[in-house]
Amino acid sequence: MNSDHIIGKSVPRKEGRDKVTGKSEYVDDMVLPNMLFGATVRSQIPRGHIRKITFGPGVAWDEFVIVSAKDIPGKNCIALIGDDQPCLATDVVNHPEEPILLLAHPDRYLLPKAVQAVSIEYHPLPGVFSIEESERRTEIVWGKDNIFKTYMIEKGDVHGIWAKADYIVEGEYSTGAQEQLYIENNGMIAAFDAAQGITVWGSLQCPYYIHKALMALCNLPAEKVRVVQMETGGAFGGKEEYPSMIAAHAALLAIKAGRPVKIIYDRLEDMAATTKRHPSRTRHRTAVSRDGKILGGEIDFTIDGGAYLTLSPVVLSRGAIHAGGPYYWPSVRIRAQAVATNAPPHGAFRGFGAPQSLFAMERHMDHIAHTVGLSPIEIRRRNFLQPGQATTTEQVVREPIDLGKLLDRALQVSEYHSKKQRFSGENQSGDVRKGMGIAAFLHGAGFTGSGERYLNSVVGVEGCADGNVRVLVSSTEFGQGTKTVLSQIAAEALGLPYENVSTAQPDTLEVPNSGPTVASRTVMVVGKLVQSAALGIAQTLIASGQLHEGYSPDEFRTACQQHVATHGQFRCWSRYEAPSGIFWDDEKYRGEAYAAFAWAVYIAEVTVDLTTYSVSVDDFVALQEVGKVLHPVLARGQIIGGVAQGIGFSLYEKVIWQNGRMQNGQMTNYIMPTSSDLPPIRVFFEELGNVHGAYGAKGIGELPMDGPAPAIVNAVEDALGVRFDSVPLLPEDIMDGLNKSGLAASSPQNNASSVGGDR
Amino acid sequence: MTDPRQSQAKSGISFTVNGEPREVRAYPMERLLDVLRHQLELTGAKEGCGEGECGSCAVLMDGALVNSCLVPVLQAEGASIVTIEGLAAGEQLHGLQEAFLECGGAQCGICTPGMILAACHLLNGKSDPTLEEIREGLSGNLCRCTGYSQILEAVQEAAQRRKSA
Ligand code: FES
Ligand code: FES
Repeated sequence: MNSDHIIGKSVPRKEGRDKVTGKSEYVDDMVLPNMLFGATVRSQIPRGHIRKITFGPGVAWDEFVIVSAKDIPGKNCIALIGDDQPCLATDVVNHPEEPILLLAHPDRYLLPKAVQAVSIEYHPLPGVFSIEESERRTEIVWGKDNIFKTYMIEKGDVHGIWAKADYIVEGEYSTGAQEQLYIENNGMIAAFDAAQGITVWGSLQCPYYIHKALMALCNLPAEKVRVVQMETGGAFGGKEEYPSMIAAHAALLAIKAGRPVKIIYDRLEDMAATTKRHPSRTRHRTAVSRDGKILGGEIDFTIDGGAYLTLSPVVLSRGAIHAGGPYYWPSVRIRAQAVATNAPPHGAFRGFGAPQSLFAMERHMDHIAHTVGLSPIEIRRRNFLQPGQATTTEQVVREPIDLGKLLDRALQVSEYHSKKQRFSGENQSGDVRKGMGIAAFLHGAGFTGSGERYLNSVVGVEGCADGNVRVLVSSTEFGQGTKTVLSQIAAEALGLPYENVSTAQPDTLEVPNSGPTVASRTVMVVGKLVQSAALGIAQTLIASGQLHEGYSPDEFRTACQQHVATHGQFRCWSRYEAPSGIFWDDEKYRGEAYAAFAWAVYIAEVTVDLTTYSVSVDDFVALQEVGKVLHPVLARGQIIGGVAQGIGFSLYEKVIWQNGRMQNGQMTNYIMPTSSDLPPIRVFFEELGNVHGAYGAKGIGELPMDGPAPAIVNAVEDALGVRFDSVPLLPEDIMDGLNKSGLAASSPQNNASSVGGDR
Repeated sequence: MTDPRQSQAKSGISFTVNGEPREVRAYPMERLLDVLRHQLELTGAKEGCGEGECGSCAVLMDGALVNSCLVPVLQAEGASIVTIEGLAAGEQLHGLQEAFLECGGAQCGICTPGMILAACHLLNGKSDPTLEEIREGLSGNLCRCTGYSQILEAVQEAAQRRKSA
């Protein structure tokens, strides 16, 4: 076999050349003969009955293909977890921008005017626009009680702890909605033909989600629905579930028109109508001993799910499981709920509930530190989970993780102590205040609990006629490097050069269902399956006598060519099997929540300008343990990119809502960081190795989203001595906080001595 | 997308694209971006926002970096335009393209054409920019994937190599 390891090397990205030369084909670059362009007529109000639809004057309506719910061959819903979300509203609408009608025309320039010319009369109903309003239940907007889902995680006896506590520390924390803001807007093309059924090509993460949704909607068998992923210009979770809606719309228009139809959203439509990160509210009440040990506590975690169920139960689950952070809780009760409001459904976004609950946990840790009179370092050190201890779901930590060591290294590389000392002097005067903030956290890789077992993923590896190898997965590339890393894994397993391995374009006609490309599961779970399917190829060739152990790449090529020539198509499959000894109780929410956790300590250094109230991040250290790093350049890129989004989440990105509608749906008024807004983001990896993943790799994609918000807000508090418990934290919030700081300085939790002092 | 035909009739417009003379018939107010993508089938320039904010539609026009979503095609009459498709010399990648590949400057790739052209424009004006100058020079191009670090490194790398070549 080839002795050069491919794992751990930064090989060239498979599709990189096409990306830097502009040759990559994204959905809007694709043109089909006779293609029409589609557009969506959407609800102008948050909630109400549709009374009447009028097609106004000045438009040649007979030239348009018009689709309403009546044209749906199957069930009018976007099948996902529940079937509550209609594809097209019929008599009621439950959020602004809810799709009602579809239009298509050969001339794309005529569509905006036509959409405007459709007028809809409503009988409006009162809407619900916040978690608090939803909880009040004055209006019931979903189900019987506005509640999509609840979970309860219980460990030990929380009742008994309050009497034993030396301190009881309480806090309420909140996070806002965040737009994924992939630079490529959503888009789909659909074509229909009675014999072949429906085909869609699009910008998407999960081909088989769309496959399932289109089967139900079009009432077609599996083989008559085909979903093809085009090059996808960023997703971050934002193209996990909503593409099913757009594919459904394009499909309905294509069926009615008998011609292909392309729907491409513009930025405003994409921002206003598609999903965002769930806004959240977390309440902590924690019993702490004199020496700073957590004795137990209660955590109430609530997310705003928007108008339909979509993925909220799963986001809620991940948020709830991460709510206790990387700490040991002798006892805890975590109550989690997802509530309904009349906003467009909130959805998947990198981190998936964990950035919300971990923001709360890590802010709360600093408050506990202040209350007890320990430093943010010491409070964490005394409570870190140790190998052998159990998490809040009673998952025993089996990995030899040493969080104290991670913290030490992060403190050292960030020069934490010397900077703190310097700032305590400098902060006495001048127009700026500087501070340092820490966040320690964990992120579970793969689906939660029994999720991977239900997914039952399948992966194929093909030995091709030319002797090369092709990986067959529905796992998609949208920037992370899926194609590259899965090819590395197959090449390593077979001892072949990286160049001899490629991945098939995700096309449900060609590739098996390797599960959705979400939850940091691709490398760890799918990668492992690729490894074993690849080994299957070698074993088959060896068993048939065409190849011997210790073969060279050339011998492999010849054997593979011969095998295909004699036996035809040569494919090996591998199906997910749960590792043994894994226990999960879906009822009690107890057991092994994840096959592996990644662990991290992030440290932010900030400057707050006392004149403009703006915060700049001057340095950012991101230190993590993610198992084996398979591709250093890609891995570092994932971390930096995630941290950048986390900085946006903390300091820049605010969705302004009015009655459930986003008011700032443009890049001019929804502000994400530019190259001149970001600090050097310094990335460090520790490698422990994990038995579950391919070559010891764990998930990496979502982790970096969890740490920046708490690290930065902790640093702002360190700089100013004023407490802030929400993100995004904008200059106006800082101004408000400082104006109240006369008050704040005398309150025990916002102790003036915290300004720059080494706590 | 407003209808560009409301104003005037189509007319012939000629310009040079990636070194080749081209002639199109277009409405004067049609966006250069649409003419490049739809008529000339140069789909490397992308539409991220349509309002001059993201830079994913950036091209070079007479050496200047422009957001082609804001340029009425009429303004391009007689101009020399370079798009991402015109950067490599056949199979030989431009130094910036190579550096982007190696340093991880392209993740999803949607911002990459505009980003590389912006970097090209920067290096044409200044062969040895500081990190701050690169940050500043690329601040009109948004990238949601990379957090920019590896893009900045790619530009530094390309500048270095050009100097030592
Ligand atoms: S599309 Fe032209 S700047 Fe965004
Ligand atoms: S690489 Fe995806 S937006 Fe820049």
